[in-house]
Order: sequence, then structure tokens, then C-alpha cells
Amino acid sequence: MERLALIGSFFFTLLIATQGSITSATVLARKGHEPKFGALAGGLLALLSGVVAALAAAQMGFGGWPIVLAGGLGSLGALTALWRLTPDLAQQGHALPTGEHMQRNLAARKVRSAIMRWLFAASIGVALLALTVLFWTIINKTVGLVAVQYSVPPTELLLNGAPCGHELDELPNEALVDVLAENVRVARLRVHLLADIAQAAQNQWAQLSPQAVSEVLQGKKYPPSLANVPINKLDANQTAALLVENLPRAQIEKILFDEVVQPEVVSSWTLWESIAHREKIEAEATATYPNANVVWRSWLNKDFLTGQLDPRKADVTGVRPAVKGSLMLIAITILFALPIGVGAAIYLEEYATDTWYNRIIQVNINNLAGVPSIIYGILGLAIFVRFLEHITSGQAFGFNTANGRTVLSGGFTLALLILPLIIINAQEAIRAVPNSLRQASYGLGATQWQTIWHHVLPYALPGILTGTILAISRAIGETAPLILVGGATYLTQDPDGPFSIFTALPLLIYRWTTLPQAEFRNAAAAAIVVLLIMLLTLNSIAVLLRNRFSRRLA
Amino acid sequence: MSQEAIITRTARPALVFGRPQHPPVLTKRARPTETAIQAFLFLCGALSIVTTITIVFVLGRESLHIVTSKYIDASGQVHTIKVWDFFNTLQWQPHRYKVGIAPLVSATMMSSAIAMLVALPLGLGSAIYLSEYASAKTRQIVKPVLEVLAGVPTVVYGFFALQFVTPLLQDLLGHETVEIFNVASAGLVMGIMILPLVASMSEDALSAVPRSLREASHGLGATRLETTLQIVLPAALSGIAAAFIIAISRAVGETMIMAIAAGARPNLALNPFESAWTMTGYIASISGGDLAFDTLDYNSIFAVGLLLFLLTLGLNLLSRQFVARFRAVYE
Repeated sequence: MERLALIGSFFFTLLIATQGSITSATVLARKGHEPKFGALAGGLLALLSGVVAALAAAQMGFGGWPIVLAGGLGSLGALTALWRLTPDLAQQGHALPTGEHMQRNLAARKVRSAIMRWLFAASIGVALLALTVLFWTIINKTVGLVAVQYSVPPTELLLNGAPCGHELDELPNEALVDVLAENVRVARLRVHLLADIAQAAQNQWAQLSPQAVSEVLQGKKYPPSLANVPINKLDANQTAALLVENLPRAQIEKILFDEVVQPEVVSSWTLWESIAHREKIEAEATATYPNANVVWRSWLNKDFLTGQLDPRKADVTGVRPAVKGSLMLIAITILFALPIGVGAAIYLEEYATDTWYNRIIQVNINNLAGVPSIIYGILGLAIFVRFLEHITSGQAFGFNTANGRTVLSGGFTLALLILPLIIINAQEAIRAVPNSLRQASYGLGATQWQTIWHHVLPYALPGILTGTILAISRAIGETAPLILVGGATYLTQDPDGPFSIFTALPLLIYRWTTLPQAEFRNAAAAAIVVLLIMLLTLNSIAVLLRNRFSRRLA
Repeated sequence: MSQEAIITRTARPALVFGRPQHPPVLTKRARPTETAIQAFLFLCGALSIVTTITIVFVLGRESLHIVTSKYIDASGQVHTIKVWDFFNTLQWQPHRYKVGIAPLVSATMMSSAIAMLVALPLGLGSAIYLSEYASAKTRQIVKPVLEVLAGVPTVVYGFFALQFVTPLLQDLLGHETVEIFNVASAGLVMGIMILPLVASMSEDALSAVPRSLREASHGLGATRLETTLQIVLPAALSGIAAAFIIAISRAVGETMIMAIAAGARPNLALNPFESAWTMTGYIASISGGDLAFDTLDYNSIFAVGLLLFLLTLGLNLLSRQFVARFRAVYE
């Protein structure tokens, strides 16, 4: 019964909308108004009827599906009505309408044209809207309120046996020494002494700790009375004093945070929620996490850019290994794809005659450009990771990486992937070089290669570089081939050469987006911002290069 | 015969003032460096052939392994798989030795269809607006923005699908209807991703239609819309068809949006609000991490890859045919 009422009311709205749109559009058009006003009035009515249909559906207790359906169909119906408002030609018995009928017919055709113009413009509008919403979604996740919970809140750090009652940045330096000494275990303080002041690597700590302060802290500040005391005999206060003396205040506070305060993001909100529902969020956070503080946080920060990966905690993980990995991949990709790609383009444009094998090469390159990237990933897995494992793992050169899932394999795979793009772009650039340039060069007695090297290539260079950079920005964002080739999503140390295992920014984004913990989505958004900035930089370089070279040649 | 004549004919004449000592060599001089460079450049070009052959070889060989190998499961039972099994069964569970490809293909077709529903009308609409209606200034602004849309990495689109479109669908249609991972959201976003491609290719096709056709139509009293729909569009049809086919090929081969937003289970049901494995999604989600070599899982990647390769290759070749026909008419 309800459904019947819904259908009935829907058709009723449709009827009104149809009649209303037709009348308003034709009347307006016949009165000599611009056809677009008629179309606008009709469109508004269509929209209105959609809303009415949706409201009617909601009124009758329908949620979800029927509302959208009713709204959509209502609008669609009204638009169709507008579309069909050309009068029937046959009723006049003429091949072409005349007089009053011609006027109506003309008005209707103009309305129709105007409606469609709006619709065409609207499809661009949808694309622009999508782009805006895409960026908003990312920013929305990059900045926002978080609830931070502490193991020991900063105000409850012990000072002279009682909670200090101040935030860390309110404490004087002397108090900071006491706070350090009282709250951090002396062994950890000594570790920071060795790692942060003496800059010693972990494997040297055991060897350094029995040595005297004067030897370990050569050139650093220390009281003369401690000069001959071995590091492992320093007491907590002395070590803390040395730390405060030698390290910047921010680092001392970081040590306290890492060792004692241990802030942990237990919940996060989007930028929009944070702005619009601040009080609600704070109330909710106090109810759920009584010990937590609600503070603003930008997930994209300095620690995120320079920090190591952490597979479990989104709030402390960084992206440095991934940025390094991405850059190394790109370096290898350029190293192989650029010379080979430009070489192939030169061959096809300058040397190749119209023979069957040259045609096959050309057609083949065009087809390779359309092969899905994941197929290249499969190729990389079978050839570079497995078949050439001896080379790509570096075992042939005395490295001992466990398998072929290395930077080199990834770079090779990406190089194969963008090779067709580079070739096609370079071909276009070379084709644009005027023939007179070549003729002049030949006329002066240059050989073909001399002509190409000294005249054609320099002239085509801006185009080639622009095309290459665009191809590279495609490679930077590629994820699927790297998944197949076996890029890791967690590394304990940075990739340090072509034969090390690697990770890349897009891989992390993929991983973090699909992890169950919600906070990793914030990290993913921040990583996306880093990736987009890298792409933007590359594209700006492309534009700059193009402008610079074309000015010089002009 | 005079002394002079003899001198010019002998190969090594005595010294004659003011004349070349021997006749000029008019044959091409051998230049080994030039030849070597040309050979190197040819090899660069031929590398693409090697790549294609390697792709076909690798995909073919590993797929062939499936039908020629005997797989022994944990309980010691031996399984063999025939080519027919790919099309005969309706379940895709390589770990249980069931390799009916139908669920993957149906999900791929469904997601591509949804993407096309978004990309084709919007892309063509944008192209028509840009080529027939927009002023030069509008074009100057809109085209770079569309390029930005085309340049966003697909993994970012995946994030967008999961973070924005899926919650939106869930709010609109109810959480019980729409699963967290669903084909509809992935397909919609994929449509947005492909839109700039359709728009730019179709716009190229529309712009290539000679101006005289439009002017003739306007001269007969047609409105701009009638000119566009009845004159320009039919004239550019093969170019637009090429754009559509390339778009389908892109949709079929798109991986990251599917891997992130469409979920991971073989699903033959044609409900776009359920999760389903597309061919690409299957390859991506199974091969993350340490996939053991020479298992059925490993080999199945290649079989699915082979199908994907042939499918996209066929679509690309078809599209090229359309472009060639289009070029023949107007260039």
C-alpha cells in the first residue's frame, strides 16, 4: 500500500514537473527571453520535482534506495519532458512548420540546445568537483584533532619525589636535569649519551661504555671532575647533567617523551569533524579515554618525513625509507629508460625506412603503451626477480641479498613500463624538428649521426625532457608492478644501494589504506600528500625546463 | 693520344699542377662509428619486441605449467588441472584446485561497466563542451585541471574510493546493503579516473572535424546542438569509438583501485554492492608478500595475467583500427 502511494505520488510529481517545465520554458522562450532562461526555469523545476519526490518518499518512511531513486527519476522525467517539447509537425500537414508553429518550434529547439549546453558544462563540473573532493578527502585526513594518551602525563613527571605540576617547556634547565635523572633509568640515559652526544652506532656501545668521559666525549662539554670517570660509572644525575649540557632543549624533551611520557594517539578525527564538532569530540574523548588529551595534530610533520617505519603505530611511523626507495627506483628507471627510449625514438624517426620490421616495432611500441601496468609487474616477477635473481640480488657482484626483490628489479620493471611512453613522446619531439635544419647540416657535410647529435637532439631536447618527466611522474605513482616485484611495506633500515630490498611511497599508501587500524588512514593521507608534492615538483621542473630551453632556442 | 690524356687515365699519375691527384671516390665511404651507432639505436627499438615476446613467453609458459603439472596437496593427494576446468567450473579457489575463471571475469566486467557508465557520458559531455562550446580561455583553464585528474596516481584513487565514496554509498543506501569493500564504489571512482582520458581523446576527434562542416550546418539554420549531435558527432564517431575502447581497456587493466576498494573474494553474484575479486585485484592481493614459487597460486597469477593481456591487447588493436579509419577520412 505504501509502495503504491509512493509510486502514485511520484507520478503525480512527474506530471506536474512535466507540465510546469514545458509551460515555463515555452512561455519564456516565446516572450522573446533568451532560451537559456527557459531552460534554467525548466531545469529548476526538474530539480524541484526531484526534491519533492524524494521528500514524499521520505515522508512515507522510505530510506536509502527509494529516496535516491525517486529523486533521480523525478529529475530525469522532468528533463525528458523538457526535451520532448518540440511540437508535433505532422498536425499541420506541412513538411515544414510555418507561422506560429515555426516560432514555437524554433523556441523549443533553442531551449533544447541550451539545456544540453548546461548538461555538457555540468559533466566538466562533475570532473572538477571530483578533483576537489579528492583533494579535500586527503587534506581532511591529514590534519585534525587526536586524543593522546600518556603513560605518564608530562605534568606528573617526578621532580624531587613529587609530580612537577608543569608542562616540560615551563621547566628551567636545572629542573630538567632532575626530571631526567629521576624519571629515566640510568642505563637508558647512558645510551642516549653514547648515541646522541657521541654519535656512536649501536654496535660500538659495549666497547665505549667502559671508557672515560674525556675519551668518549672528546670536544664536547663536560665538567673537568668527570674527565676520568668511565661512562658506565656515571650516576643518573651526572649523566642527565651531561645530556642537558650538550643537547638542545628540544632533544631533551624528546628523550623524556620517548622514554617516559610515551604519548600514544588513541583516536583521531577528520579536519571537518574537528572544526564542526569540537565540543562533542572532547566530550566523547573524556568519556572513552579519561586520561587522554585532545590536541590538534598534523599527520604530515617533520618526524613523519624523517622517521623510520613502524608497522604497528601510525602516530610514530615515518616515511623516510619509502621516499628514499622511491627516489632510488626513479634513478634506476631514468638511467635505463631514458637512453634506450631516446635511442629507439631516434632510430624510428631518423633511420627507420618503411620496412615490415620497422612497422612491427612501431605498432608494437604503441601496443606496449596500452598494456596494464600489472602485466609488467608479472614480467618483472618472472624475469628480474626469478630468472635474473643472480644479478638483481647482487650475488654475482658479491652482495648477499636474500632474493631478487631488490631496488634494481623494481627499477628495471618500471623502466620497461615507461619505455613506450618515453619513446612515443620523444618521437613526437623529434618529428617536430624542422627538416631544413637537417638539410642545412647535411649540406655542410655533416654525417647523419653528427646531424642528429649536434642539431636534431638539442632542438628536440625540451620536448624529450618534458615527455620523460611526465613518464617518470607516472612511474613514481605506480604501485601494482611494485607489489608483484615484491616491494616490502616494512623495513628496519633504509635501502642503501641497488641490491637492497626496498619499499616505495605508493606501496606504503596501499598498505596503510588497507590496514584495519583507523590511524593508519591518517598516515596514508599524509604519505599521499608527500607523493603528490613529489609529483608536483617534477611537473614544475618539466614546465621550467621546457620554458628555459625553448627560450634559448627561439 | 696526347700525354695529358694518358695522365688522366692512369691510376697513379705523375704530379700535375692544380689538379686532383686521383679521381674522386664517389661511392659511400664506410663509417664504422656511424654503422655501430645505427646498430645500437636499432637494438633500442628492437628491445620493445623483446619485451613483448618475453611477456607472451613468460605468461604462456607459466600458464602452461598449470595444465602440465601435478599438484600434491598437504594430504598427499595429487591434483591435475585441464584447460577445460577454467571455463567449466564456477569457483575460483586455486588453493583448493578449483580454477573456474568466471567469478573474476564477471567482477571485472561489472566494475568496468560501472566505470564506463560514469566515464563515457561525462567524458563525452566534457569533450563536446570543450570542443564545441567553450571559449579559448575556459579551455585553457579546464584542460590542465583535467590533466591533473589524469595524473593522480591510481593508489590515491583507491584511497579516495575507500575513504569517501564507500562511506557516501553506505550513508545513501544503508550499511546493510553496501559492504565496506564493494565493486560499485571502486567502479565509480575508476570512472572518474578514466574520464580525462575519454575527454581528451574524444576532444581530439571532435576538433579534427573540419570547420566547414559546422559552418555548412549553421548556414542551413541548425542550432549548435543540432550541429554537434547530427553533424560533428557522426563525423568524429570512429575517433570517439577508439576513445571508448581504450577506456574499456584501461578499466579492465586497472589494479590499485580494485585491490583497495573492491575487496578480496571470488564472487559470481552480480551485486555491485558486494565485494568481489576482479582479475587485476586477484593478482595484486595474492602476490603481496612472499608468494611461494611453483605453487598453483603462483602459476594462476600468470594464467589470469595472460587472459588480461590478451583482452587489453585485443581492445587496443581494435581501437587502433578505429583511429586509422578516422585518420584516413580527415587527414
